[in-house]
Amino acid sequence: MLEIKNLHVEVEGKKILNGLNLTVNPGEVAAIMGPNGSGKSTLSYVIAGKDDYDVTDGEILIDGENILDKDPEERAAAGIFLAFQYPVEIPGVATMTFLKASLNAQRRARGESDMSTPDFMRVVREAAAKLEVDPDMLKRPLNVGFSGGEKKRMEILQMALLSPRYGILDETDSGLDIDALRIVAGGVNALRAENRGFLVITHYQRLLDYIKPDVVHIMSRGQIVKTGSADLALELEKNGYRDYVADAA
Amino acid sequence: MTAEITRINTAAESKLIELFGAAKGGVYSGASLDREAAFARFAKSGLPHRRIEAWHYTDLRSILRDAYAPTVAPTEDTVALARTRLAEMHVEGTRVVILDGYFQAELSSNLEQPGVSTRSLIDVLGGGPSGVIDRLAVSALEAQESVLSLNAAFMQGGAVVSVAPGAVVETPIELLFLTSGQRAGAVTTRSLVEVGSGASAIVVERHEALGSAPSQSNHALILSVYDKASLHHVTMSSGAEAATQTVASIIANLGADANLVSFALVTGFGFVRRQGFLTFNGAHAKGDLRGISLLDHQGHADTTLVVTHKATHCESRELFKHILDDEATGVFQGKVIVAPGAQKTDGKMMSRAIFLADGATMYNKPELEIFADDVVCGHGATAGFLNEEQLFYLRARGIPEKEAQALLLEAFAAEAIEGVGTDAIREVLTESVGRWLRQRQD
Repeated sequence: MLEIKNLHVEVEGKKILNGLNLTVNPGEVAAIMGPNGSGKSTLSYVIAGKDDYDVTDGEILIDGENILDKDPEERAAAGIFLAFQYPVEIPGVATMTFLKASLNAQRRARGESDMSTPDFMRVVREAAAKLEVDPDMLKRPLNVGFSGGEKKRMEILQMALLSPRYGILDETDSGLDIDALRIVAGGVNALRAENRGFLVITHYQRLLDYIKPDVVHIMSRGQIVKTGSADLALELEKNGYRDYVADAA
Repeated sequence: MTAEITRINTAAESKLIELFGAAKGGVYSGASLDREAAFARFAKSGLPHRRIEAWHYTDLRSILRDAYAPTVAPTEDTVALARTRLAEMHVEGTRVVILDGYFQAELSSNLEQPGVSTRSLIDVLGGGPSGVIDRLAVSALEAQESVLSLNAAFMQGGAVVSVAPGAVVETPIELLFLTSGQRAGAVTTRSLVEVGSGASAIVVERHEALGSAPSQSNHALILSVYDKASLHHVTMSSGAEAATQTVASIIANLGADANLVSFALVTGFGFVRRQGFLTFNGAHAKGDLRGISLLDHQGHADTTLVVTHKATHCESRELFKHILDDEATGVFQGKVIVAPGAQKTDGKMMSRAIFLADGATMYNKPELEIFADDVVCGHGATAGFLNEEQLFYLRARGIPEKEAQALLLEAFAAEAIEGVGTDAIREVLTESVGRWLRQRQD
């Protein structure tokens, strides 16, 4: 279980998250929707361990263990995977080299041996085929010159390879056309499993047509202000966020 | 009224005077070069210091606290040490072994092979031909560079490698500079590589210490690349980590349509000054100078280049990368001179540095002196820390911090290795960079 309790986060003295509480159960797909500036991306970065954020109070627990003191790589090894809204370009590092380094680093952290090169090639090729990723792309420097859709598919490919316990998708739908959205959503749906939870952060309801959430949370001003079923997303699509941000005016 | 300023010799300078007095007429006699005149030139100006612009960031006068005595000619013991090391090394083509500064024909391999002829510097100075002796003398430069005068006064040995016109030598020619490293000493060498018209060759210069005694080295390498000839030159060092102080000068002259790629890998924590003087004498030639310096502790590496375009339609490229840890200092000074009439010159230089610690320092000084009106010249310099966003991305995928840094740094360095020498040479260079980065991780 991924539990976030009373999380307070500041950036350069400015409060972004104000006592946020959230639970993602194994096997569950939880969506977080909210207006711009509500703190959605901050939440995803804080879970993954980016250090530009001051956590002033609260806890993030995986199966009861607080991960806030852990480095990003330790959190990854503990099963956290963040699919970035803006995947970073890394010139000079071949995608294949990066994939192998990350897979083996996580295996080592779990006390497993490195995956052999033939095994690695096989699993990468299989995962790439499912996501319609051109094998030639794997030889290119990571994310360099990739289109928006290619970058997002590469994120999902990484998620498939690393098989995390909790996948956090930060605005994965942004910049995707409908075909790319379908492929990416298909990739996520294929990874849905009893022992794996997802936190799908999105601004629009559209993504949730393809990735059906079990629960929808509405976030505003650094807190979860409403929790409901998948229907809540439809209601938002109709009425907008104004009911939830009224006190901001 | 004029005031005479008398320069007071430093301890190292006084020691050099004493050492030269003791050595002249001894081991170095029999060569045609006037060592006394060379030393007199040195003694007049002394060691270069910060008020000489080209040495501003590398004040040799204050860095050199002491001058070591020249290393003695190889003995049975040091030759045995070298043989043991050589037995572990694979050799294919020409390998010239210079031990403690002295040319060692018996330790070398394939000195004569189709298209390649190699002789000892001392033999050439003693017996000519005079044209080669002239090219070895680099007298015009010596007038400006006192370290070259010092080199002429103390040179113990070196190699003169001639690649015959039209010869295509695919197997790299190796210049292996070994120091026995059993006791502190100074090594002074001068070598010449001549690549005849239309010929092509690869020269790998390797410096390796077999022991950890401190050393001072003054190496000069003259590269003459004739019309339509091609030379790739790679310098690297390996072996025992010793306290080293090195001054290395490369003097390269390119004929028309010639092509030179010269790459230097500098690692460690010693003091290194690499100075390059590249002159384009014929049209349509290309010169590409590259380097990677990986420095830690209080290491200091200075690369100072003077590229002179005397002919039209030539292309010069300079690309240097520094990775600086701890309190290390990197210096890059690149000067491009375009002489009157050298139209259609295309010159570009780029220096990039990455700091791994707050205490590291990088000095970049690009300079352009252009006396022709139809040229394209550019320069750029960057210095900064690793990109935090890239680091976080890699770490978020489970890659530990140091390993993530190593991945990014290897990628940073790789650009300077592209297109240098052969696949095998690039592999060795990439491995050397990787080894340095991994040693940081432990």
